[in-house]
Amino acid sequence: MQEVLEEHITLQGRLAASLRKSPLLGWLIGLTVAVLLEHLVGYELATAVGLPKIPVLFGFVIMLKTPLLIPSALFYVLSIYLIPACLVARLISAPSNWMAERLYRFPISVPVIVHLALLYLILHLWADISAYRGLTLRLTLIAVMMTLSLNLINGYMGEFSCSHPGFMALGAYGASVFSVFFFASDKLFGEALLPEALGAFCFPIGLIFGGLVASLGALAIAIPSFRTRGDYLAIISLAFLFIVKSAIENLEFVGGPRGMSGQPNYATLPVVFAVAVICIWIINNFVRSTIGKALNAVRDDEIAAEAMTVNTRQTKILAFMFGAFWAGVAGGLFAHVLRYVNPGTFGIQKLAEVLAMVYFGGLNSVYGSILGGVSLSLLSEALRPLELFKWIIIPLLLILVMIFRPTGLIAFKEFDVKALIRPKGHPEKEV
Amino acid sequence: MSLLEVVHMSHDFGGLRAVNDYSLAVSPGEIRGLIGPNGAGKTTIFNLITGMYRPTEGDIRFNGESIVGMRPHEIAARGLGRTFQNLQLWRHLTVLEHVMMARYSKLTYGLVGAFFGTPKRHRQEAQSRQRAEELMKLLNVSQFSDQLVLNLPYGAQRRVEMARALATEPKVLFLDEPTAGMNPEELWQMMKIIRKVHEEFKLAIFLIEHRLRMVMELCDKVQTLVFGEVIAEGTPEEIQNNPQVIEAYLGKETVE
Ligand SMILES: Nc1ncnc2c1ncn2[C@@H]1O[C@H](COP(=O)(O)OP(=O)(O)OP(=O)(O)O)[C@@H](O)[C@H]1O
Ligand SMILES: [Mg+2]
Repeated sequence: MQEVLEEHITLQGRLAASLRKSPLLGWLIGLTVAVLLEHLVGYELATAVGLPKIPVLFGFVIMLKTPLLIPSALFYVLSIYLIPACLVARLISAPSNWMAERLYRFPISVPVIVHLALLYLILHLWADISAYRGLTLRLTLIAVMMTLSLNLINGYMGEFSCSHPGFMALGAYGASVFSVFFFASDKLFGEALLPEALGAFCFPIGLIFGGLVASLGALAIAIPSFRTRGDYLAIISLAFLFIVKSAIENLEFVGGPRGMSGQPNYATLPVVFAVAVICIWIINNFVRSTIGKALNAVRDDEIAAEAMTVNTRQTKILAFMFGAFWAGVAGGLFAHVLRYVNPGTFGIQKLAEVLAMVYFGGLNSVYGSILGGVSLSLLSEALRPLELFKWIIIPLLLILVMIFRPTGLIAFKEFDVKALIRPKGHPEKEV
Repeated sequence: MSLLEVVHMSHDFGGLRAVNDYSLAVSPGEIRGLIGPNGAGKTTIFNLITGMYRPTEGDIRFNGESIVGMRPHEIAARGLGRTFQNLQLWRHLTVLEHVMMARYSKLTYGLVGAFFGTPKRHRQEAQSRQRAEELMKLLNVSQFSDQLVLNLPYGAQRRVEMARALATEPKVLFLDEPTAGMNPEELWQMMKIIRKVHEEFKLAIFLIEHRLRMVMELCDKVQTLVFGEVIAEGTPEEIQNNPQVIEAYLGKETVE
């Protein structure tokens, strides 16, 4: 008995060790194979094990709705995703390491683009199975942007801002007005001013416009809040959230409380993916520069930061506007994904969601924000069948994390792309 | 001409006059000392000169230009670097990041560089890093380069503060009790470091100290502050033999 157990442990250990030998590239290829497999035999396998259709979210929804199908759903997830992905990643670890090594010799942008292309391929194939997946995926990417941009303020800068949904609303309405006004015929604004075909190309401008509107809102908060030291920001930003919401409710030209629709279908998966990647890239660049790290210095000791030549007030105001900008862009995407917005979306509940993602994932960390945004979005989708219980389980989870890891799951960790895509299995080269 | 001049500066905290009619003239390369019992107003004088507080009365001139009313970061960027009496380090930054941060005002790549990682940014950051590495070496903290400051021994934390202050490229360095809480061995080391720094960068140093011995060894000129007023000013020997100073310090544990 003892021996069997030991063998099991070492087997497990060896398995884990052998899996660690695969570079990220190998894993991505493994996942590509998995999603391809789903395309080829997913439906057949699902019906064969008695599932009504391909499980949309890794079987969670099915398992919660009909517990009897738990074994089938688990079997499906194991045999379509987990085993093929791990197996392939392990089997091709030698060639994928060789490829990763080759790629690694190019300027960093080349391997990064290759990895991103593969990642996109995986997401695209995965989302292709059902419209619901596509929607969930895009909303998840938007949630990651929201989380990361709020982390900038609440994590990196150590302030407590409550206005993020307000910025999202400003961006959502800003971008919506932009695209409806110029590129869609609509009863609010009348005929389209510019040819509709141009619209998709001008969408980035609309998003930036939305982001800038949000930044302006942020400036209005930042100036009074950062004038003196102290905890004014939490209160002022909360007030701002309510003001934005009721202002929009009272603006008839954007539909008031009924909301606004008619946004063209610009926010497709490739667009949302690209914007999310750009958002992560720029924010990560920022927080790794000395100018960005000044946020940490301001958070940890503002007086010392000032004495070391850091213009703390300007740093805080700019970072706050920068965070708001990305919340605005995320809002613009959000409005174009749903193709409808109403002010009710951007209230306290949204605030609670984003805050939860930030603190769950981890403060001061890009990894943490990605993890928090993805896991809580998916979890909240997956637990949907539980209805009310969802709002007991998610907060409970959050409390547990707060007890055992007060700063979140992956806090204070630099997101080092180079280390991420580095070939594995040559310990002597891992400096 | 004096590098730094303080003329008839006074400061009130509410009704309390913490500093009264204080004047100072520091020439380039000079080491000045400021001694006085607890609560005399020494740190307040530092805070006033470096712009943390605004003096109620009087003027402060650096290179002939008044710096009263400037923000502390502007004053620091002009060349008044400082350390803090109670270590004020950034708990989530590494030693290297500390020293590089102090070169903030020297970075000109701006937000564009920060957002997009331009070549200019990489060049400037590399330069900054090299400079930081030299300073860490000089202050003997290179071995802690990638560690968070909290994990460092106390003496090393003090040296990190000094390296950080030097990274701002000060012309006058303000040291607020750099040996507070140190054992004799560390004290001796710190004295050596201050000498080394002074020689290497040819900067003026303004030192607050409790330990008379240290001040006597290092300083060209010393002021004694009691209840916000300078009661004696002169060379270390003059100060040591001044009856008022002896009285102010008599029975104090800080006399060594
Ligand atoms: N921010 C403040 N507000 C009100 N009073 C203050 C403030 N800072 C200092 N004081 C008071 O001013 C006086 C001088 O304080 P200061 O810290 O300058 O003394 P010090 O000479 O540095 O003493 P120590 O040797 O203990 O460091 C003290 O009475 C102190 O209580
Ligand atoms: Mg003091």
